[in-house]
Amino acid sequence: MKKPELLVTPGSVSEIKRQIEAGADAFIIGEQRYGLRLAGEFDREQIKEAIKISHEYGKKVYVAVNAIFHNKIAGELDEYVSFVKEAGADAIVFGDPAVLMAVRAAVPGFPLHWNPETTATNWYTANYWGKRGAVRVVLARELSMDAIIETKENAEVAIEVQVHGMTCMFQSKRPLLGHYFEYMGKNMEIEERQGAQNMLLHDEERNNKYPIYEDQNGTHIMSPNDMCIIDELLDMIEAGVDSFKIDGVLQTEDYRVAVTKLYRKAIDMCVEYPDQYEEEKEELLEAAEALQQDHRPLDSGFFFKETVY
Amino acid sequence: MEALKNDNISTIVDGKRVIVKKPELLAPAGTLEKLKIAVRYGADAVYIGGQEYGLRSNAGNFTFDEMKEGVEFAREYGAKVYVTTNIYAHNENIDGLEKYLRGLGEVGVTGIIVADPLIIETCRRVAPDVEVHLSTQQSLSNWRAVQYWKEEGLDRVVLARETTGEEMRLMKEKVDIEIETFIHGAMCIAYSGRCVLSNHMTARDSNRGGCCQSCRWDYNLVEMEDGIETAITQEGDSPFAMSPKDLRLLQSIPGMIELGIDSLKIEGRMKSIHYIATVVGVYRKVIDAYCADPENFSIQPEWLEELEKCANRPAAPAFFEGTPGADEQLFGVHGKKASHDFTGLVVDYDEETQIVTLQQRNFFRPGDTVEFFGPNMDTFSQVVGTVVDEDGNELDAARHPLQIVQFKVDHPVSKDDMMRKGL
Repeated sequence: MKKPELLVTPGSVSEIKRQIEAGADAFIIGEQRYGLRLAGEFDREQIKEAIKISHEYGKKVYVAVNAIFHNKIAGELDEYVSFVKEAGADAIVFGDPAVLMAVRAAVPGFPLHWNPETTATNWYTANYWGKRGAVRVVLARELSMDAIIETKENAEVAIEVQVHGMTCMFQSKRPLLGHYFEYMGKNMEIEERQGAQNMLLHDEERNNKYPIYEDQNGTHIMSPNDMCIIDELLDMIEAGVDSFKIDGVLQTEDYRVAVTKLYRKAIDMCVEYPDQYEEEKEELLEAAEALQQDHRPLDSGFFFKETVY
Repeated sequence: MEALKNDNISTIVDGKRVIVKKPELLAPAGTLEKLKIAVRYGADAVYIGGQEYGLRSNAGNFTFDEMKEGVEFAREYGAKVYVTTNIYAHNENIDGLEKYLRGLGEVGVTGIIVADPLIIETCRRVAPDVEVHLSTQQSLSNWRAVQYWKEEGLDRVVLARETTGEEMRLMKEKVDIEIETFIHGAMCIAYSGRCVLSNHMTARDSNRGGCCQSCRWDYNLVEMEDGIETAITQEGDSPFAMSPKDLRLLQSIPGMIELGIDSLKIEGRMKSIHYIATVVGVYRKVIDAYCADPENFSIQPEWLEELEKCANRPAAPAFFEGTPGADEQLFGVHGKKASHDFTGLVVDYDEETQIVTLQQRNFFRPGDTVEFFGPNMDTFSQVVGTVVDEDGNELDAARHPLQIVQFKVDHPVSKDDMMRKGL
């Protein structure tokens, strides 16, 4: 069995070394001007530094250029993707076809990972983007395990799947928190809470709490639970899924590093000692549960849940 | 809004500027009846949903036979029919797609509105005569992405609702492709295609037609600090809401025409025939008036009043005029009641006796003041006199839905005109 890549989202350059020690194989970094819902901001110097450190240890760095672009920033993309290539990144993560156009124009042939989040939902479309330059497709988190495996079986591109963490449920261009404070006549709060990452929407009926925050890309609403399938990795590893991602947005560095360690152990065991993995996977899940804050329960996302329409 | 330079939008006739590039007025049609009304009231094209692959699993949705009838009806009026096939398909939706798209080609629809490249490519292969339009579900919001879809051979793109007029201008200048954009109706507050609130809250897939509109629900905002929760929404405060006002770009139509926007789209496949007739009728008048004489054009107050008669939420211009503010959202309210009730649909009129035959659509009684409107008449007010049923029995009120009733009117009306009553 092939070992899938363990991909994580560091919050800073200094975290990268800790993550490498914890067992990460690859990193997603970037800045919110071009990338969506990142665990930290990396300016250009920091991107170069992160790549340098990672490459010293044989690890990979993918730069997020996956925002939904409007004309203004779309016009900067040639320059930015050229920078990303010069900095030595291993791939660019994109969702908007404007990035594909910029790569074709400025850095033809540079590896692309297609990640539009919610809309990567079938193998045919994965291969469509493959034919247009993507070497990897990041599948929507709303797919079931069976659908992921079927997609992998039919894919001509590498397949990345999120296995742990929060997922985005909603992105609006409007500043919805600011608007609410404005409506309530609390204009002071808008300034004070700029960039705040500690707010939640309470859905009384379902007794869920959804993290909500604003940045340059608008308002983001996140899942109430963290998905975790550390005990269900075998089928996807057997199917040859290429990359497992832990999304660490809105988490602390210590949390992210601890989760990386657990998944390193789980993946290694699953590939090298599958019998032992079967025996110990419950313990791995318990160890993951122990890392959670009270208001962030773990669940298995959409891996085993049917959606209707 | 300043016109596009070097455009082919207008010409001078007898010293007067007239618009020669009239945009298409595109209306929703959830059922065959709605399709016919939309076309009769002035839509140049309608979009409908089929039994599969569309995003309104609760809308009427057409069988192939109904589509065929709709296409034939529209053709008599020179109107086009597009079919929304804009789900993001899952593997399980691939089977059956070819057959479905071939079926659309066979019934003669002009185009499909698509988000997923699977459906774009399959349509090209199995129904090459059908135009392919990119759905707003792709949240297309910059000119380089427009260029991408142009190079992929698409005939038209529907822009993200987040696109401003100035952004549209650059797209038009940079790329030669048809642009369709929303002018009226309910809107997503999220970037379309990027919202899965429904999936999480109700296990219904929003990108396959299952959206339960969780964005219109109420929430409380709380703050979490060191594991301690503090309510920001206090007792007595309006809850946190993210419900947008409906889009209404009536005043921006001249600007959109000057930008050379190719198709102006009204939202609402779930809306009633009264809504469709009213909204299509108003925008038809606005577009025609501006194109005939742009220099002397002004917005008529009665157009805005007319739209209020069927509006069920307050309205705002949203992104076309720039990023909307707090006043373009609904807090503490979930909508409003339209100012008028739809009370009857004209099925016949006898010129000699001046008797109208109506299908009842809501309660009315003799003595009520009602209003008749239609695509080829001036709206008039009427006090209802003696009302009789099909057998000539006098009625104290028309209280049965779809009941056929008759009474005398002061001015001529014709089939498919409508009667409404102020509230």
